[in-house]
Amino acid sequence: MNKELYKKILVVLIFILLLFVPFGMKKYDEFVNAEFIGNMEEVIERYGFFLEDVTEQLGINFVHQRATVDEKLHHIMPQISSVGASVSVVDFNNNGLQDFYLTNSEFGAKNALYMNLGNGEFIDVAEEMGIADLNIPGLGASMGTIWGDYNNSGYEDLFLYRWGRPELFRNDEGQGFTRVTEESGLPVYFNANTAVWLDYNNNGYLDLFIGGYYHEDVNLFELTDTRMMPDNYEYATNGGLNYLYENQGDGTFIDVSEKVGLHDTRRWTLAAAVVDINDSGYPDIILANDYGVDEIFINQNGERFYNTGQEAGLGFIPKSGMSVDVADIMNQGRFSIYITNISEAGVLMQGNNLWVPTRRSSGEIPSFRNLAGNMGVEIGEWGYGGKFIDLNRNGNMDIYVANGYVSAEPDTDYWYDYARVVGGNRNIIIDANNWPDMQNRTFSGYQTNKVWLNDGAGRFREVAHSVGGALNYDSRSVAYADLFGTGSLDLIVANQHQPVKIYRNHVKPEHNWIGFDLEGVSSNRSAIGATMLLYWDEKISKKYVSGGNGFSSQNMRPVHFGLGLTDAVEKVEIRWPSGITQTIEGPEINQYHRIKEPADQTVHIGTIE
Amino acid sequence: MIDKFRIPPSYIGPLLISAVVIAAHLSFGVLDGWEKFLAALIAAMVTELVLHKLVTGKWRNLSSAYISGNSAGILVRSPMIWPFALTAAISIASKYVFRFRDTHIWNPTNFGIVVMLLIASDSMAVLSIQWGSNMWAMLMIWIVGFFVISKVKLFHVCAVYVLSFLAFAWVRTLFNDSIFLAEIAPLTGPMYQLFVLFMITDPKTTVSTQNGRMFVAFLIALVEMFFRLGEAVYAPFYALFIVGPIALIIDILWQERKEKLAAKDELATPVKI
Repeated sequence: MNKELYKKILVVLIFILLLFVPFGMKKYDEFVNAEFIGNMEEVIERYGFFLEDVTEQLGINFVHQRATVDEKLHHIMPQISSVGASVSVVDFNNNGLQDFYLTNSEFGAKNALYMNLGNGEFIDVAEEMGIADLNIPGLGASMGTIWGDYNNSGYEDLFLYRWGRPELFRNDEGQGFTRVTEESGLPVYFNANTAVWLDYNNNGYLDLFIGGYYHEDVNLFELTDTRMMPDNYEYATNGGLNYLYENQGDGTFIDVSEKVGLHDTRRWTLAAAVVDINDSGYPDIILANDYGVDEIFINQNGERFYNTGQEAGLGFIPKSGMSVDVADIMNQGRFSIYITNISEAGVLMQGNNLWVPTRRSSGEIPSFRNLAGNMGVEIGEWGYGGKFIDLNRNGNMDIYVANGYVSAEPDTDYWYDYARVVGGNRNIIIDANNWPDMQNRTFSGYQTNKVWLNDGAGRFREVAHSVGGALNYDSRSVAYADLFGTGSLDLIVANQHQPVKIYRNHVKPEHNWIGFDLEGVSSNRSAIGATMLLYWDEKISKKYVSGGNGFSSQNMRPVHFGLGLTDAVEKVEIRWPSGITQTIEGPEINQYHRIKEPADQTVHIGTIE
Repeated sequence: MIDKFRIPPSYIGPLLISAVVIAAHLSFGVLDGWEKFLAALIAAMVTELVLHKLVTGKWRNLSSAYISGNSAGILVRSPMIWPFALTAAISIASKYVFRFRDTHIWNPTNFGIVVMLLIASDSMAVLSIQWGSNMWAMLMIWIVGFFVISKVKLFHVCAVYVLSFLAFAWVRTLFNDSIFLAEIAPLTGPMYQLFVLFMITDPKTTVSTQNGRMFVAFLIALVEMFFRLGEAVYAPFYALFIVGPIALIIDILWQERKEKLAAKDELATPVKI
């Protein structure tokens, strides 16, 4: 009898033990990631940096206004018009100071170009430069911008993508911009949320990749058919086409998308990054697709792109890809890929993806494994811009993630209505008329951005609340720049229908750094696509010059490396898009080096100007 | 040789569900990943083995645990592996803890899912989105499902539930300004296909009479309506979680009473000599 009772008690104890597993894991996680609250000096001492919100101090009062779409979509407008706040960094007048451009989306609301005066002040010069008033009925609403010297003039030109007509502005030696859209041959209408400058055939001229979100036949401002929503939450097949426009070198572009194999699918592309992921010498395209799987398009000798999503290990589990960035997170000379997705407790747990190259990853088709969970960067929330950035200059790439979808009436929630519609058949989900009225309800709103610190040994730790970056706006686009010339990477966070935020990064002074500002000669003048390998402290850090990445954003052009307490660099190797490899032995640290592409393979010693 | 090959009846269920899972995953990628699915399967079978041995001292056929592991592997959605294993383990363990008159009273997977939603909602969710985009695929699953269910004489349960759901969906539109199509949208997704075809028809946790089963199906839809009006995303699971065991206990007691009365009647009946 007693034996039976003991057995029953044992079974009940096992059951209770099982119930306590999540509780125990939560407590362990809280213990390991305990928040540290201290003053700025204490935080810098502990984490190596502190993010100070200096938006007000700088007098920057830009507030994004979302686009007003066709009245047939008014009942779900906050989720339709949930994007458009973007930031891109540029030195548009070549004075060595980092300026930045912000987009607005409501018709009549103006975009802004904040010029850096070098004394800690910024002024909006978009109006006088002719690039402010760009949200216009008939032309569309701004979604983002990228900067690249498409005509190799030595000045960065502006490409603006809209839900509507994209625009190209030629930079007139930093004194103003001339609209050259018509003569450039760019498409007339497009619903784009991402674009990247790249030189896909390495001919020395920048080409344009543009990612389509809504189908290009859908005019969200004069809607003719409400059957324009995704036809499936996981395997949508009715998104916009992706385009590649080839620069002809005479100021015109031609559409080569079909020829190079980019028109095979109609996924809902939200973000793209372009980098030579397989060391072939040609830039490849990595896509974060909403309502679908991630993709890698391998560039085959500048002639064609081959979709390797599944072969590379990415293309199996469909999620909601929102942003993509690439970095060498272990300082091993190999790129990993970070893609943000959606996680909402109890409703939708996708988790972000950190695609890390496997040991057998070599040759034309790379191979990746999602290690976001193992490395601790999986559970964000409703993610948008996810950016690699070495915040504390210790040489390890950290991650900043913008979170939050729609912050409306507090203590309300649209998730129930959303979940029941997206669970339905395509004939229901595809029609906006079937989507319940949002009625000013919050939808994954008031979420806090994440700051994940990389320990260099394969683990990241979330410290946003400790280091000053815990913003709970509906953040979208994130870019970094050395705004104050201190060698630290400051953050600009564009927020949807909310004010922009600028964070000055105060870094531990003992942490060294080095920066490189490249100028192509045989390669495109912006040097977009150049890869750099920094040899230091028995490590190899790999970075590249980007023509736009993350979510609707672009970082500063110079390539920046943190060095921690290391006080010397062995060498840096630059692989220019032209194929030329340049090596610089022992460059000076704690300064930017301006490097012009040599005529052939060279080795330099010391500082290069 | 072929004549000698016979599939034991207890393996037909597991083989059937395996075929469905493999076909669904290869066609629509329904699983979150094979490793997660395997974690659920292994956890279910190990828990069953250990607990059954502990309680009875004997090893047990694992077909039932295999089916529960499959259900947890399909229904749980999480970027992590442990929620899959834990859901399966809790599902199986519940059978040994919550018993009435020596029978378990909750559908194990329903119990596991609901408890996990209560204790680990920040780490997991439940399958709530559709697989594939094809209307015909959905219809085919319903047709095959209903065919199989009618073979085991439980079609009436599904039919009453679906009809009740449709009726209550219309009732909900009177309260929440929603259109009828939005209200019935979940019924067209895979979560409901699994719920209707496999969960509410679980023979171990359904009542004994046909009328009783139909009434319980109606009650589940009714309780679900209230959860839906309260905007609970996983309303059907909560409804079954509440209605299922209550109905089963009442049914068992009712049957006992009937047996007692019958026995009494038998005793009271005069014996003819």
